Amino acid sequence: MTARPEALPTQEMTINMGPQHPSTHGVLRVILTTDGEVVTRAVPDVGYLHLGLEKIAERLNYSQFMPFTDRLDYLAGMNCNCAWAWAVEKLAKIEAPERAEYLRVIVSELNRISSHLISFGSFTADMGAFTPFLYGIREREKVNDLFEMLCGQRLTYNYARIGGVSGDAPPGFLEKTREFLDYFEPKIDEYNNLISYNKIFVQRLANVAVISAEEAVAYGLTGPNLRGSGVAFDLRKDEPYSVYPKFDFNVCVGSGERGQLGDCFDRYMVRINEMRESVKILRQAVDQIPEGPVMAKVPRVFKPPVGEVYFRAENPRGENGYYLVSDGSANPYRAKIRAGSFVTMNIFEKVTRGLLIADIVAVIGSFDIILPEIDR
Amino acid sequence: MEALAISLIKAVPFLGAVPVWAVALVLMVAVAAVVLAFALTFEGVGSLVLRKVAGDIQVRIGPNRVGPNGVLQFLADGVKLILKEDLTPASADRPLFKMAPYFVFVGSFAGFVVVPFGVGLIAADLNIGVYYVMAVSSLVVIGILLAGWSSNNKWALLGGMRGAAQIISYEIPVGLALIPAVMIAGSLSLQDIVRSQGGLWGIFGWNLFHNPFTFFSFFLYFTAAQAETNQTPFDLPEAESELVSGYNVEYSGIRFGYFFLAEFGDMFVVAALTTALFLGGWNIPFFHAETLPWIWGNLLSLGVFLGKAFTIVLIMMWVRWTLPRIRVDQLMRLSWKYLIPLTFFNLLGVSLWLLVFNGKGIPAMIASLFG
Repeated sequence: MTARPEALPTQEMTINMGPQHPSTHGVLRVILTTDGEVVTRAVPDVGYLHLGLEKIAERLNYSQFMPFTDRLDYLAGMNCNCAWAWAVEKLAKIEAPERAEYLRVIVSELNRISSHLISFGSFTADMGAFTPFLYGIREREKVNDLFEMLCGQRLTYNYARIGGVSGDAPPGFLEKTREFLDYFEPKIDEYNNLISYNKIFVQRLANVAVISAEEAVAYGLTGPNLRGSGVAFDLRKDEPYSVYPKFDFNVCVGSGERGQLGDCFDRYMVRINEMRESVKILRQAVDQIPEGPVMAKVPRVFKPPVGEVYFRAENPRGENGYYLVSDGSANPYRAKIRAGSFVTMNIFEKVTRGLLIADIVAVIGSFDIILPEIDR
Repeated sequence: MEALAISLIKAVPFLGAVPVWAVALVLMVAVAAVVLAFALTFEGVGSLVLRKVAGDIQVRIGPNRVGPNGVLQFLADGVKLILKEDLTPASADRPLFKMAPYFVFVGSFAGFVVVPFGVGLIAADLNIGVYYVMAVSSLVVIGILLAGWSSNNKWALLGGMRGAAQIISYEIPVGLALIPAVMIAGSLSLQDIVRSQGGLWGIFGWNLFHNPFTFFSFFLYFTAAQAETNQTPFDLPEAESELVSGYNVEYSGIRFGYFFLAEFGDMFVVAALTTALFLGGWNIPFFHAETLPWIWGNLLSLGVFLGKAFTIVLIMMWVRWTLPRIRVDQLMRLSWKYLIPLTFFNLLGVSLWLLVFNGKGIPAMIASLFG
């Protein structure tokens, strides 16, 4: 009997997933170490889309930085606009008129819907079902039309101003918004029928990349990623700002309905349900919006007092915080931007250990990352 | 082919001087050209229909620029694929890289040879037709594996490995799901199998309705064949969102075109086999195609066959644009833990049925009740 030949030497393979890859939602680079299809280690390498936003903020005055916040999260420009305005107003202790606050909430929630639609669409496209993506785009177009009506822009809005918003809602805007809400609400059920409870889809997502509530908190996850783990933390409720306390809405949390609590499916479902809650907020806001001016009296040369402030708002991708330090001049001395997607990348390596390559795509999709937020 | 050549020599006087083999050879080339022309046309038009269907399902318009309503889009695509530079990566294994698309294309195209398009319309009525299709379609594995390996690209390699594992795993359930039709007809020739389904108004003779097991077998075959030909939801070897483009990621120009054509060719072969094996093939409902005059019988049966096959193709496209993709471990589990035992059980069921009821199907039994 001949001796058994030496087993063939095997070694792990290192694969670069990205920066150019269809499913990394931009120029994210993930260095995968794989054993066949099993990923032993996935390290995200961020920085390919560094915009230098924080440095730019120091070189511009407070209102000049407003258009740059659009680029921070280009799928939720309105939310970033408003968050910047709220942060600067908190620093300078300015109150925007109530109508402006209502308009800000309306655009924020509309933008949350359109952002979640893209998230839903690109996530399902990552899972191999391309059709729902275009259904999401169909509704997003209508939101974009509304924004175009309001401020002339469809992607980078530059709508908020320090002390208000750039312009009042044109005649017919609120009616159009109502029409959109009536049209949109049944569509959420359509998405659920189309894909959410599809057996293959659920199998792909259930029990994948489970994040426990403790872990989620420890790693600083915010937004739908945190709520997907069952932590009912929403800045609109827990640290209310603007006119949010006036509205009745629920905080959506993951329920583990198809697998363990905190898996990819829960994070996906939180976003779907949040769209419903946004519709609820929008209906109330559109009904209650008062008449009045949309800009407060703000001096032409705007110089906030010396001081520092941290303001955070609930964006579609989690907490969007601005830490502003003012030295009394027209430019911020320091503007630190806290973005949900960047913090989410911390836990990426931990949850992806031992998954398959196809699951990596699912995890990236379920985190709903956006690259300018990661790299800023 | 030889018989046809001899009859042709007898019919046309001046051919008498030409040896039989030469006439047969010319005939073979002619038939091959016709089949190739059909395959290429189908693949072109198929790609257009696929995109139109996709547009319809995805609430958009689809191609509408080239020609009236975009109907010439496939020609534009074809011209583009031919004219584009055919790149070979510097670190690729050149001979293998250049060879791989032909394996895939031949594997899919060779299946067309035994497709029974009509009463007399078949390129070669092999007495091992079903077996032959199984054999040549395995050639695709070699092509995919070669493409993945020779590209010297890790994504392509993963795609090639997935392709090999998948196609080999799913050939077993495909084979097992085909056997019921073969057993009922008692022949491996696709023409014989189609003829065996001719009884009872041409619809209830279908193997689909023969007995509960064959009914089930149809769905098993359809699922497994989808997987064997890498159609969604089993398109893992070319999973765009995971492997960028899978095994063909490094290919460009007409070499990519071959993969593309092969994909549509596979689609048609699966649809044609499904039609021939379970849906009565070219049998015209309420008629016996063989009793009609040669030209009418063939034209009608061709129409019926293509109608059925294209319906199946449309269903495949519908599935493709509806379902997400399953994961590689789930794919393997589906094959080895569910499809193979099920097809095996099914085969056992059909065998017992044929034994107990002496080869009679349910419709035939019902018919005999009423005399």
